[in-house]
Amino acid sequence: MLTATDIGQIESFRPKRFAQRYGVDPLLTLFILVTALYGLIILYSASGQSLSMVIRQGAHVVVGLGVMAIISQVRRDIIVHATPFIFAFAIFLLIAVLVMGVGAKGAQRWLDLPGLPRFQPSELMKLALPAMVTWWLTRRRLPPTISQLAIAALLIVIPVALIAKQPDLGTSIIIAGSGFFVIFLAGISWRLLAILGGLGVASLPVLWMVMRDYQRTRVLTLLDPQSDPLGAGWNTIQAMTALGSGGMFGKGYAAGTQAQLKFLPESHTDFIVAVIGEEMGFVGISLLLILYALILGRCLVLTMRAQGHFGRLLSGSVTLTFFVYVFVNLGMVSGVLPVVGVPLPLISYGGTSIVSLLIGFGLIMAMQRTNRVLSGES
Amino acid sequence: MELSTGVREKHLIQNRLMVAAIGGACLLILLVVRLIWLQLIETERFQTASEANRLQTLPVSPARGLIVDRNGLILAENRPNLQLLLVPEEVDDIDVMVSEVRSRIEFTDGDAERFAKNLKSRRRPRDPVVVKDDLSESEAALIAVDLFQFPGLQIEARPTRFYPYGGLTAHSLGYVGRLSLNELQAIEESRYAGTETIGKSGVEKAYEDALLGQVGVERVETSARGQIMRSVDRDEPVPGADIPLHLDIGLTAKLYEALGDRRGAIVAMDPQTGGILGLASAPTYDANAFIGGISQAEYATLQVNQDTPLFNRALRGQYPPGSTIKPMLGLVGLHYGAVTWEKEISDRGFFQLSGDDHKYRDWKRWGHGRVNIEKAVIESCDTYFYEMAVRLGVDQMSEGMRWFGFGRRQGRDIQGDLPGILPSREWKRQARNQSWYLGETVISGIGQGFWVTTPLQLAAATTAMARRGNFIEPHFSVLEDVDAGAPVPLGDSMDWERMIDAMEDVLHGERGTARGAARGLNYRIAGKTGTVQVVGIAQEEEYEEEEIDERLRDHALFVGLAPADSPSIVLALVIENGGSGGTTAAPVARQIFDYWMLERNEGALAPDETYVSIMNQQVLGYGNADSN
Repeated sequence: MLTATDIGQIESFRPKRFAQRYGVDPLLTLFILVTALYGLIILYSASGQSLSMVIRQGAHVVVGLGVMAIISQVRRDIIVHATPFIFAFAIFLLIAVLVMGVGAKGAQRWLDLPGLPRFQPSELMKLALPAMVTWWLTRRRLPPTISQLAIAALLIVIPVALIAKQPDLGTSIIIAGSGFFVIFLAGISWRLLAILGGLGVASLPVLWMVMRDYQRTRVLTLLDPQSDPLGAGWNTIQAMTALGSGGMFGKGYAAGTQAQLKFLPESHTDFIVAVIGEEMGFVGISLLLILYALILGRCLVLTMRAQGHFGRLLSGSVTLTFFVYVFVNLGMVSGVLPVVGVPLPLISYGGTSIVSLLIGFGLIMAMQRTNRVLSGES
Repeated sequence: MELSTGVREKHLIQNRLMVAAIGGACLLILLVVRLIWLQLIETERFQTASEANRLQTLPVSPARGLIVDRNGLILAENRPNLQLLLVPEEVDDIDVMVSEVRSRIEFTDGDAERFAKNLKSRRRPRDPVVVKDDLSESEAALIAVDLFQFPGLQIEARPTRFYPYGGLTAHSLGYVGRLSLNELQAIEESRYAGTETIGKSGVEKAYEDALLGQVGVERVETSARGQIMRSVDRDEPVPGADIPLHLDIGLTAKLYEALGDRRGAIVAMDPQTGGILGLASAPTYDANAFIGGISQAEYATLQVNQDTPLFNRALRGQYPPGSTIKPMLGLVGLHYGAVTWEKEISDRGFFQLSGDDHKYRDWKRWGHGRVNIEKAVIESCDTYFYEMAVRLGVDQMSEGMRWFGFGRRQGRDIQGDLPGILPSREWKRQARNQSWYLGETVISGIGQGFWVTTPLQLAAATTAMARRGNFIEPHFSVLEDVDAGAPVPLGDSMDWERMIDAMEDVLHGERGTARGAARGLNYRIAGKTGTVQVVGIAQEEEYEEEEIDERLRDHALFVGLAPADSPSIVLALVIENGGSGGTTAAPVARQIFDYWMLERNEGALAPDETYVSIMNQQVLGYGNADSN
């Protein structure tokens, strides 16, 4: 039933009203679309002018947007109730990966089940974990108690350990981060945070010992890429060279020698931002950063509007995780972070990453949706 | 109460969100700073690195200069040669690679052996090694199809030196070969970027600098895999200069034909310029076999051949000159007053030093009777020259003969010739730490004893005769026609004419030692025969040619010039163990003179191809065995 005021508000279109009523946020969707489009344009150049790759990635975006729209329609309480089951299912799948997963380059990350497309269960965990921690913490008052936090920590450590064992350092760090963000947003005391931080630093040597050789080389290479310019340092050196040689305006679209002559590794996936930097220069990267800032800003606004503690915490965590993606990828390509396999969100080629990101945005949208219309109708 | 708790919690979350947002903004600013540093401040550095990635500078080797004969015929050229190359640094397992190659194209054991040798020889890092030379078009295609599977393997059409006349020119032109480590240290490395060969001997070595040319540079864009995408710019190489020679390839072929299957050497010179018209050293070898690196087996065949085809007899063969130097020695004797044109001696077939029983025998057992200097030259009377030598003394003899170029290397563009020995008291003291005996002076008078000369020296000395007392350094190239020679300050022009006349009578006189070779001659040759002992003959023994091992027989020598009045060619030749100069060497010379004086003018400047190939097979000795 549309009231007179409703009609008036529709005539003078207001995104907030529209988003709260219909779930899908037009501004965020617009920012995502523009960013994805930018990504497709870059991908055409980065893939060596492969139109078929661009079309496939376009399809990923379309599918992702569709899934996002569907997720945004799901009622918040259904999501809350489903969370423990989805988490348990995700844990199950992660164990299945370790038992019967497939993969390449010594890592076992994929599950190839008959009748289903090949997928990485860790992608599911990217959303299941923060949702689960949120679910756990919002059962009681905030801020959480020590014992609650201990359980939450366990909820984080188990899946992170399973993913780290695949091994997939990048994803496990990001997932750990997404769980941590929930705890942080839930109001963990600064003192406890400081103690945990201290413990974290203290445990670095332990982490160092459990890391695989290639992971250690990556860290060492970050400290001095020139120590092994043709081996482990190659990626970083070539990426920095691509970025740096782009200068202010870049070498021109599809004219980046580092990318086109294949000096730049993984130029259409993890290192795609180096292609932007080389071919479009500082201007091109700035444009990308502005787009990300808009997305993040809009997500923050939606988080502020999110309904209930569960909604706020989950939205906040998803937003911050998105930021971590951007930061880790850019940091890795520009040589300030070690090379971990983190794709550039919405730009890097790859279906799973796009779809799982857009599911995240769908969740953010779902969390800010008021149930007024639905409840009014019921 | 409940509500206020909910609001407090909401604010808590929102506060934390703001903290996180501020933290995130700070990190983003950090990234932007990093990007500004990379892209706006250090741009130049990374642009340089990127260009260095993209652009490779490749040397473009210049075409080596050609070597051409006096009639413009090409003696050394560059032939396109499809080579299968391998850069060992880029190949993981060379054996696997070779078996892959073997499964595609014919790769004989000889090829494998050559490759193994090439692989072992020292080279510059990343210099490609030849796997197989001279691929056919179809072989190249078979490999090229799969080339991408084999990093480090490449096919290149590299110009390779080719000597169309093979063995005919090997001893004069020499050959080019792969740069050795010693040579690498001696050369200016930048000039040889892209060039892997260098002149090893002969004209190729003498004119290395001019033949080499100037290396060019090509900048190419390459992919990360080293694949060349396109050429960016190119400085063309400057081809090496062509070297024109005095050599007449037709005459050279004739020299080898005249030598036939005998061992020996002939040098033909142009008395006008001192240029070498032809040079033969038989047996010879095919220099083309040395270009890509010769196989061990082939080299061994050449090495163990007891006829020593690799040995350059014309430049490095040191033979006693024997009687061939009598005309020159006569002029020396006249100059120092040891004899006069009028002086006669009575020859009884031997010479004796006073107070010594030893008989220095004449080749003619019963002697030549009354002999003056002209007759002594014409009939090659030894006794006359024994006596003259003693009057002259070894030091004056040596001093006079030095004007003719004996006892030293010949200069200019001649590589690897030996100096021979022009004996003197001083020489013997230094070389042997012994004093000189008069008996040694006696036999020096007939060009024996310590005295050894190369065929090249004999030709140069005879050229000085032809020029009537003017010595000019022998040389291969027209580029060395730079001076008018040095006068030989012995006697006056009448003396020289008279001596040449005597040499004419060696062939045209009734009693000349080479009269047999001059039968039916319609032009005049002046010459001198020489017969050189290889083993000493005891006092009363007879030299019986038939009974002596072939390799112990006398060497047959001849020097000559024609036409006698205004010579256009000078010859010096040695036929090892050939017997007598008059009966063996002079007829060989006659064939060559005839070619030069008569046949050459009929228009055939170059030997025809089938002839060259027959010559090569006949003379090379091993040539047919290698024709796989």
